[in-house]
Amino acid sequence: MNISTFSDLARRDWDALVREDRVHRSIYTDPAIFELEMTHVFGAVWVYLAHESQVPKDDDFVTARLGLRPIIVLRDMNGKLRALYNRCTHRGARICRQERGSARAFQCPYHGWTYFNTGKLRGVPWPEGYACDFKDPQYNLAQVPRVESYRGFIFGTLNEAAPPLPEYLGPAARPIDQWLDRHPGGRVAVREANRLKFKGNWKLAYDNAADGYHVIFSHRSLLEMENRGEKDPSKGMSFYAGKPDEAPMYVQYLGHGHHFKDKRPNVAKRPGALWEMEAAHPGMEHYESAIRRKLGDKAARALDLAASEPVNINIFPNLSILGNHIQVIEPLAVDETHTTWYATAVVDEAGEFDGAADDINALRMRTQEAFPNFGEVDDATNFEEIQKGLAACEDEWVYMHRGLGVPGRVKGEPDGTLKAPATDEVFMREHMREWKRLMSSPPRVAVTRLP
Amino acid sequence: METVDEFAAQGGRHAAPVSYVDDAYYRRLLDDFSRWPQVEVQEPVVRERCRSVLEREARLLDQGRFEDWLALYAPRCAYWVPATPAAADPRREVTVSFDDRRRLEDRIYRLRTGSAWSQAPASRTVRLVSNVEVFENASGYLTRSNFLIAEFRAGETRMLAGWSGHRLAQHAGQWLIEVKQVNLIDCDQNLRNPSIVF
Repeated sequence: MNISTFSDLARRDWDALVREDRVHRSIYTDPAIFELEMTHVFGAVWVYLAHESQVPKDDDFVTARLGLRPIIVLRDMNGKLRALYNRCTHRGARICRQERGSARAFQCPYHGWTYFNTGKLRGVPWPEGYACDFKDPQYNLAQVPRVESYRGFIFGTLNEAAPPLPEYLGPAARPIDQWLDRHPGGRVAVREANRLKFKGNWKLAYDNAADGYHVIFSHRSLLEMENRGEKDPSKGMSFYAGKPDEAPMYVQYLGHGHHFKDKRPNVAKRPGALWEMEAAHPGMEHYESAIRRKLGDKAARALDLAASEPVNINIFPNLSILGNHIQVIEPLAVDETHTTWYATAVVDEAGEFDGAADDINALRMRTQEAFPNFGEVDDATNFEEIQKGLAACEDEWVYMHRGLGVPGRVKGEPDGTLKAPATDEVFMREHMREWKRLMSSPPRVAVTRLP
Repeated sequence: METVDEFAAQGGRHAAPVSYVDDAYYRRLLDDFSRWPQVEVQEPVVRERCRSVLEREARLLDQGRFEDWLALYAPRCAYWVPATPAAADPRREVTVSFDDRRRLEDRIYRLRTGSAWSQAPASRTVRLVSNVEVFENASGYLTRSNFLIAEFRAGETRMLAGWSGHRLAQHAGQWLIEVKQVNLIDCDQNLRNPSIVF
C-alpha cells in the first residue's frame, strides 16, 4: 500500500486504512496524509489555542499554531478575543516574532505594513506608490472566523459549519467543569510550562492520552522511584499494579474524538486522601506544615490542590488536561511534535484559603514538574521508537483492539458515551473512527477579514 | 530546622530524609543567582580550586558515575534548571527541573532502575566547561561557567549549550556544591528528551 501523492489521497479508501481493530501505519508516516490532516482535522474542528489567563488584559497576545498556521491569539483593544493569522498580507512574513507580550498594533519588519490588533490594516509606507485602495478588506489580516472561550479555554475553528463550541465539547464539558470547580473561584491561571518535543507523529501523543495499558510498563521507573522506601507501594499511579481493570477507575469515550480517563474513583473520598498519594517533592514538609498551621480544618482540601488531580481529559485533537497541567499537542511535521505542559496555579482572589495560596502554589509547581521529568520523557522515547518501528513498511498494521469483542467490557451510557475498564483501547478506536470521518469529507474552511 | 521538626512531630511519612526547602531557602537562591557580584576573585589557588570542582563534576557525569557526582554536593543542595532565560521564582513558576537532595537521589534511583526508557540505552556525553569566572559570596564562592554538552543517543549526536552558576562552600574541610543553576540557551523552548543531568 503505497501512498505518495496528494491526488492519490483524494481517492484514498479511508475504510481500508482505519479498520475496526487496527489502523494502517501510513496514517502516522505519510507526509501527504499529514498535509491533509492540517485541513481536514485541524481546519474542521475546534482547536485549542490558548488560555484566557495568558491574555488577561486588552492588547495582550501570545503566539500559537492552528495546525501549522502561525496565529496570534490576543485580546484586542476592545477586549475581544481574536486569533489573527501571523502573516503579513503583503508578502507573507510573520508580523509578530515575540512569543508573548502586549501590543496595540503590529508592524511587519519587512516593509513596515502596520496592523491594529483587530486585524485591520493601519497603513503602509509611501501609499502614493500604490494605485489600489487600502480600505479594501483584502488587505486586512486574515483571522480565524470563530474564536470562543469555554471557561477560560480559548478555541478557534476555521469551519463555518462546525457546531457551537459547547456542543462540540458535549459531555466533555462536565469533567472540565469539575476540574475547574475544585479550585477557588472555579478557575486557574496558566504559568510557565514544561516543554517537550519528540520525533514522531502527533497522534502518538493523542493515542497515549487515555492509555491505561502502558502505565505499569512505560512508567515502571517512575513508580519504583516514587515508592522507594515505601512498604506498600501507594504513591502516584501505584493503583495500576495488580489488576487495573478491576479497579474502580475507568476510561470513557465522550464523542467528537474526546475522552476521559477518570482515576478519581481510586482515591478515598475524604479531603487529604489525594495529597497522601503524592510521593516526595522538594519543600513538601515545610509547605505542608505552613498550610496546616494557617488553615486548620481547611488544610486537607488545600493540600489536595497541590496534588495531581487524577484525571486525563482529552479534547480532540490537541488538548489534554492531565493532572494539574494543560497539555497542548502541536504537530510540526508528520514525524515531529511538540507537547507543551502548561503548569496551572491556584488563584484565590476571594481569600478562601486565607493567604495560603502562595504556599499551595509553591508545592504545586514541584508536583507538576515531576511527571514531565520522570514520566513523559519515557513516553516521548516510546513515541519516537514507534515512529522508527513504523519504518518497517511491509508490516502494515497498528493494533488497538484491546477490549474489542470481550463481552461486557464496553458499556454504552444513557448520554451516548462509552465506558470501559482502565486499560481498554476503546477510546483509541473511537477517536480513530472520528478521524476517519473527518478525513473522508473536506470541511468548509474559510478565514475572515475585517470589513 | 523548625519546620522539619514540626513535620517529624506529625509523624512525617517519608522514609527518605525530609526536605530542607522552605521560603528562606528559595529566597536565598533568588538572591544569590540574580545579583552577581561585580568583582572577580583573583587568587589563582581559589580559581583553580573552583575550576577543578567544575571539571570533576563534568567528568563524573560523562562517566555516568552519578553517586560519585552527588558526593560533590553539600547535604543541603539544589539542582535548578529554570524554564525561562531570566530564572523565575520557583515558588511561582515551574522549572525544567528543581531538585533538592532527596529528588536528586530519586533522579539517580530512577536512572538506575534499568527501566528509565529515555536513558535505556544511556546517552553518551562529553562536556566542555569553559569561561569560568569566580566571585566571592557571603558563605563561599559563586562561579559562572559556560558549557557545551555533546550528547550521542539512539543514533544521533546533538549539542546542548548554556551557562551554569555554581555556589560552592566548604563543608568539613571539603569544597562542595551547594547549588547548581543550569541555564540552557533554549530553556524556554520545547526540549527533546531532557533526561540527562545537565
